[in-house]
Amino acid sequence: MSRRSRLALLLFAALACTGGPARADGVVADLSSHLIAITTGFTGASVVLFGATEGRGDIITVVRGPEREMTVWRKGKVAGIWVNAEAVVFGNVPSFYAVAASRPVDEIIAPGPAALYRIGTGNLRLQTKSPATPDEAARFGAALVTEQKREGLFAADPLKIAFLGERLFRTTIGFPANVPTGTYIVEVFLVRDRDVVSGQTTPLVVSKVGLDAAVSDFATRQSAAYGAIAVVTAVVAGWLASLPFRSV
Amino acid sequence: MDIYLPIAEVSLDVFVLLGLGAAVGFLSGVFGVGGGFLLTPLLIFIGVPAPVAVASSANQLVGASLSGVIAHWRRGNVDFKMGFVLLVGGLAGSVFGVWLFTWLKRLGQIELTISVCYVVLLGTLGFLMGFESVRALLRQRRPGGARRKLHQHNWMHGLPLKTRFRRSKLYISALLPIGLGVAVGILSAILGVGGGFVLVPAMIYMLGMPTQVVPGTSLLQIIFVAANVTFLQAYTNRTVDAVLTLVLLLGGVLGAQFGTRFGMRLRGEQLRFLLALMVLAVAAKLAHDLTIRPPSLWVISTEQT
Repeated sequence: MSRRSRLALLLFAALACTGGPARADGVVADLSSHLIAITTGFTGASVVLFGATEGRGDIITVVRGPEREMTVWRKGKVAGIWVNAEAVVFGNVPSFYAVAASRPVDEIIAPGPAALYRIGTGNLRLQTKSPATPDEAARFGAALVTEQKREGLFAADPLKIAFLGERLFRTTIGFPANVPTGTYIVEVFLVRDRDVVSGQTTPLVVSKVGLDAAVSDFATRQSAAYGAIAVVTAVVAGWLASLPFRSV
Repeated sequence: MDIYLPIAEVSLDVFVLLGLGAAVGFLSGVFGVGGGFLLTPLLIFIGVPAPVAVASSANQLVGASLSGVIAHWRRGNVDFKMGFVLLVGGLAGSVFGVWLFTWLKRLGQIELTISVCYVVLLGTLGFLMGFESVRALLRQRRPGGARRKLHQHNWMHGLPLKTRFRRSKLYISALLPIGLGVAVGILSAILGVGGGFVLVPAMIYMLGMPTQVVPGTSLLQIIFVAANVTFLQAYTNRTVDAVLTLVLLLGGVLGAQFGTRFGMRLRGEQLRFLLALMVLAVAAKLAHDLTIRPPSLWVISTEQT
């Protein structure tokens, strides 16, 4: 952590020397790391987002995971048992979604720009890929958000962005152990007078590395060979385990 | 200590997994059932997605069963001819089963199918076995009672393709074990079980095999059916988690060896009664879960892209 913060300070110092970006209403931000590596012992990770603003204003950050197609099932009771009864398919659901803000979001930005920049889980603009009435789409969409929050994949409340003085800000974004892999987009908005005046986008990659990456990569690309190896491994393990008992 | 499972995409405690493997392996050694019918629901319970639990259990069964067969084989308790005939049916059944699994997964009903199949199968078998073994235990208490015929003759004995199974002391139609194999193969693919808990009672009551050779022979055919299922699941659905399998195996194969020794000390009726109790307990738990209102009425499934 100390190394990270020292790094951040260095960067701030550099910014201060050069006077930052040329624009008057600018915002600069970066992440402590652009790669979250999922290894065998992975139990979640956190990334520090830090930056500086040019002039006064508030900061809102949106972290968005790669979009996936998701099916939302509603359970119903059929003949005494609970079954997946109705479904709505959404085509563009971010697999991870978190908002961070320096003050409560609805206090610093008007509903219009919030919707435009898709800030907040109410502004995801989910598109249905299966026939559904607007009412159904709304109900199933709301359930999707609730369930994703329960899984920790949508941040429940906006995270807090802390200002150090007037210009420097930082926040910590947490990712759970079940974080989906792919390329994430981190958007940083400078907000003034309830509207977005400037923004910056930074990528963040979540990827399996080492043995786990090799296994899952192999399982996807060479699924037949993977299946055969899985069987052979099990056979060898079973045979080996019976050896110590031979004499009994 | 947590371990990240690359296909299941969850982190789980490695000692919980080892313990689970050992417990299930022990039971499989005692009863000659693969133990998959316990392992799969338990894996789902601790957070492994159902399709991955099913496929990885099948993979784990390959190793655990092999270890069990070797232990039984040293005691001469394996009927290889019967095992081979069962296998012919089993392979055909598992191909069809994996296809059915893929289809149900697309419909979003795979989890329900898994649970309902378990409840129906385990419930029926548990009751049948429980009643029979209690009757057998009671009959022993009062000797001198009329001895039953070796087996009753019925329609099954009129089928063609009569074959002699020397080790099992049987002369029956080969169609019976083949049909049994098909049924078990389908179950194996859909439920991630070797089908031992169906196979064992069916071999005893339907085919009339001697109880001693049943566990070894049942495990023999489970090896091959489970291997086939593992391969097909890995190829079609990409749901076999090799890391999960290895950890489970590590505990499982050792458990199986101890279980086999323990099982030798029990009498056939006692063995069947205990198995019946266990089967009923799992069925009751699953049935209960199906009927209570789930904590959340919503289920999200993500399409793999």
